[in-house]
Amino acid sequence: MPPFEPVLLEAIGTPESHTIASYRARGGYAPFEKLLAEKQPVDVIELVKSAGLRGRGGAGFPTGLKWSFLPKDHPGPVYLCVNADESEPGTFNNRILMEDDPHQVIEGTMISSYATRATTAYIYLRYEYPHAWDRLQAAIDEAYAAGLLGKNIKGSNFSLDIYLHRGAAAYICGEETGLIESIEGKRAWPRIKPPFPAIEGVFRKPTVVNNIETMACVAQIARRGVDWFRSIGVPADPANPRDPGSYGPKLYCLSGHVEKPGCYEAPLGITLRELINEYGGGVWKGRKAKAAIPGGISMGLMTEAEFDTPLDFKGPGTVGCMGLGTAAVVVIDETVSIVDFLHNSCRFFAHESCGQCTPCREGTNWNLRILERIRAGKGRLKDLEILLENGTTMGMMPGSTICGLADGAAWPIKNVIHKFRDEFEDYIKRTNPEGWMVTDPVPALQIVGAH
Amino acid sequence: MPTVIVDGREIEIGADERLNCIEAARRAGTEIPHYCWHPGLSVVASCRMCLIEVGSRDAETGKISMVPKLVPGCQTPAKDGTVIVTQSSTVIESRARVEEALLIDHPIDCPICDKAGECLLQDYHFEHGKAERRADILPFTSKKRDVGPTVTLFADRCIMCTRCVRFTREVSGTGELMVNSRGSKEEIDIFPGYPLDNKLSGNVVDLCPVGALGDKDFLYQQRVWFLKRDEGVCGGCSAGCSIHVEHNQDTVYRLKPRENQHVNKWWICDEGRYGWHHLHDPQRLVEPTHRQSGQSLPTEWSHVVSELRANLNAAVSTGGRLGVAVSPMLTVEEAWMLCTLAREIDPQALLAVGHVPSRGEDESFPGGFTIRGEKCPNRVGVEHVIAAFDPTVPKWESLLESVEAGRCSAVWITAAYPPAGSRPAAESEPWIDEATAARVARLCEQTGTCLVVQDLFESPLSAHATWLLPAAGFAERSGTWVNHAQWAQHFERAIRPPSGVWPEGRLFWNMLGRRGLYDPAAIRREAAAASTALAALAEDLPSVGLDLRLQQLATT
Repeated sequence: MPPFEPVLLEAIGTPESHTIASYRARGGYAPFEKLLAEKQPVDVIELVKSAGLRGRGGAGFPTGLKWSFLPKDHPGPVYLCVNADESEPGTFNNRILMEDDPHQVIEGTMISSYATRATTAYIYLRYEYPHAWDRLQAAIDEAYAAGLLGKNIKGSNFSLDIYLHRGAAAYICGEETGLIESIEGKRAWPRIKPPFPAIEGVFRKPTVVNNIETMACVAQIARRGVDWFRSIGVPADPANPRDPGSYGPKLYCLSGHVEKPGCYEAPLGITLRELINEYGGGVWKGRKAKAAIPGGISMGLMTEAEFDTPLDFKGPGTVGCMGLGTAAVVVIDETVSIVDFLHNSCRFFAHESCGQCTPCREGTNWNLRILERIRAGKGRLKDLEILLENGTTMGMMPGSTICGLADGAAWPIKNVIHKFRDEFEDYIKRTNPEGWMVTDPVPALQIVGAH
Repeated sequence: MPTVIVDGREIEIGADERLNCIEAARRAGTEIPHYCWHPGLSVVASCRMCLIEVGSRDAETGKISMVPKLVPGCQTPAKDGTVIVTQSSTVIESRARVEEALLIDHPIDCPICDKAGECLLQDYHFEHGKAERRADILPFTSKKRDVGPTVTLFADRCIMCTRCVRFTREVSGTGELMVNSRGSKEEIDIFPGYPLDNKLSGNVVDLCPVGALGDKDFLYQQRVWFLKRDEGVCGGCSAGCSIHVEHNQDTVYRLKPRENQHVNKWWICDEGRYGWHHLHDPQRLVEPTHRQSGQSLPTEWSHVVSELRANLNAAVSTGGRLGVAVSPMLTVEEAWMLCTLAREIDPQALLAVGHVPSRGEDESFPGGFTIRGEKCPNRVGVEHVIAAFDPTVPKWESLLESVEAGRCSAVWITAAYPPAGSRPAAESEPWIDEATAARVARLCEQTGTCLVVQDLFESPLSAHATWLLPAAGFAERSGTWVNHAQWAQHFERAIRPPSGVWPEGRLFWNMLGRRGLYDPAAIRREAAAASTALAALAEDLPSVGLDLRLQQLATT
């Protein structure tokens, strides 16, 4: 396989890559100016649609299609929110983009705003990214100074203001309607849908929420064209008219037990094994991999035997994972206990559940307590049934919650217990030889501080 | 007409009605359990107790297609062809699971919880929950604390339906309550230094489906299953909010709002809610007294019935008039009897509207609730009654002027005003000040005019009364009140008055020489026949009352 020439990350490592001068030297902002002068917003939507760009935030929804859901001839204002609340464990590609090439993100935001007729764009940044905040704010200031933002940009009718908005470090703020509530200054409790943000979003106005990496892709599509974008990745399955394909480059965040963790750009469809071996330098210390998360903890686990699955929008789903997610690959080696892994996963979601819907609020906590008890040597086989029941009944898909956080909390549970049930049962029988078969309710353990 | 199918039953709903599935199912007689949804608040769909299966029936083919997952009934609109399934195994299991989840963190301290007996968590668990507890988690702990002058918060019992939070944001507009922390550790709280202190604060206790918010006034006073509940009307102001009077053994324990979309929606104000304590105030007048030769002596009601009338007859035979102040605390029926009686004694008796207490301006809240500045429930009704006898409808002031001018040889003042606010009578200003009382009393004492005062408490006026008669409180009368907007509501007495007190209606009935027990309905029919304004009262009123103007329009 020929080494892939990075595009989204082309400037990373070059000196002064975060400045407007560097970005201009690479051909940046010229595509925006050209589109602004020559194309109508609908043409830009068509451009992105025909490129087949799918949202990079996790769900993989076609970006152009999302834009076209905005009401036609709305008197405005229309808002664009750029989701930089990158909180999925293992994910850090947005940070690289914002810190080292912020102008790429901002140009994408400008083009997207032009396409959606948004005159205000919010970049919702998570609290833990102070460096990204500084770099983005400096870049926005540079863009204003260069006349690329503000009123009547470059003599056109198009005006745009970009605001940086910083959250207070909650996972739920990455959910698009939670993010909208947070921008409005409220507690980030996801809204009930419908109405979807395209109809009623920020301040009850039509709103598009896109990911930072999606913005970078938009900038690159504008610069390099649709054909370039469609030449990368996995084409749509002609036998399935509902498959939008997986086109374009993708930033994979490789971490965990690999020799060279990092953010790597590769065409969509690279297999997990290729990623680990060719980019990550293999599993660390020469050990054998046990499993890997394909795209953030909420997607579930791929076992070592499933490592040849392509990491496109479709691939992880074929092996029981929820999807590609954020393409954050975390490799765990053979020495890791799968009970510990699931405990850590449950701890995260119990901590981050916003507490709005009963099944998620109580279910994530219950799951965590069960895992704590199993690790304390008091597990029972019956606990696996309870975990599985919680795992299959929590979430937006069965309809028991408002947002997808519960689906993300539930997926690793059912996925891991299905794939590693033997290890769980062995662990429980080994650590609780007296009581593993008990099915009566057990007395509560004193709560151990988990946070 | 749009048709909704609820568990196989077809129900027609109004063409322009915007119902959700809970409301539509209720029309079909099916209750979908719910915690967070309340018709007076915004929809959050967060408790997930109302999850149901829905689908739609194609109008042409009749084919039903179901949504492949559960949806919240509160959030899902019921439209033509909507299919609602509330009893499938998926729905039943989902309800059991939500109940199980809610009880994971709950202390289950029902034996010491005031809500026990009227708690939705209990009721729904009994109906929809499972007997076995599978979760091995210690309950959430959080100290009980005062969140304001009227409400105590037991955060450990809370199920996070956030009704109270939404109430303070959407109805009272004060926004004191908020959600603190996250996930299973979250709890309702106030912002430090900003207690829940607004004029509608007590409503959050009614909204709470569990025992998390306790009304300090009611806390630990009575088990709810001992309480009897009667429909009543609040006498605190001219809004005339519909209430439930909850009492046991002739003692009121609390007032609760009763839903009435025409008057108070689902709410009442704190002044009304806590405005019943005067009923059991030890300072209340409880026996009639008659002053003879400068000495006030207790007397019997039978004596009052015969002697008072003779006394008044004798007074008007001297050529003066009988002046009557008809209190706006009286019901329409009582006012009607009083006016009839007065005109029997003196065909030219001066009938005036009694003192109309008022404090401050009307106060409106964002949720569409208004507390009226006029602090009596029936000025409008009394005016209608007097208008049937005297179209000029004299006011309190004109009665005072007549007395001062020496035109009255007998004065009968009905009062029955509760103490201002919800304070004990001893700490409250009397309804009439010394100066005004003196205007009446000075002349009465000089000329020996017969002064009859009917009141709840002693006042500057009562010291001068020839006849001082105890009056009934609002929960002790029966009859009809007409609020500021001509909305008439009927109510029956909830408790008996203290021993020795005859409600005004009973006295007037007996003084009129009518037989048997006081029958408000008979009086109401008489008044309706004689007065166009009151014509609507001829029939039995619906429990939410009716608008008097509709009937007036119909008859004019």
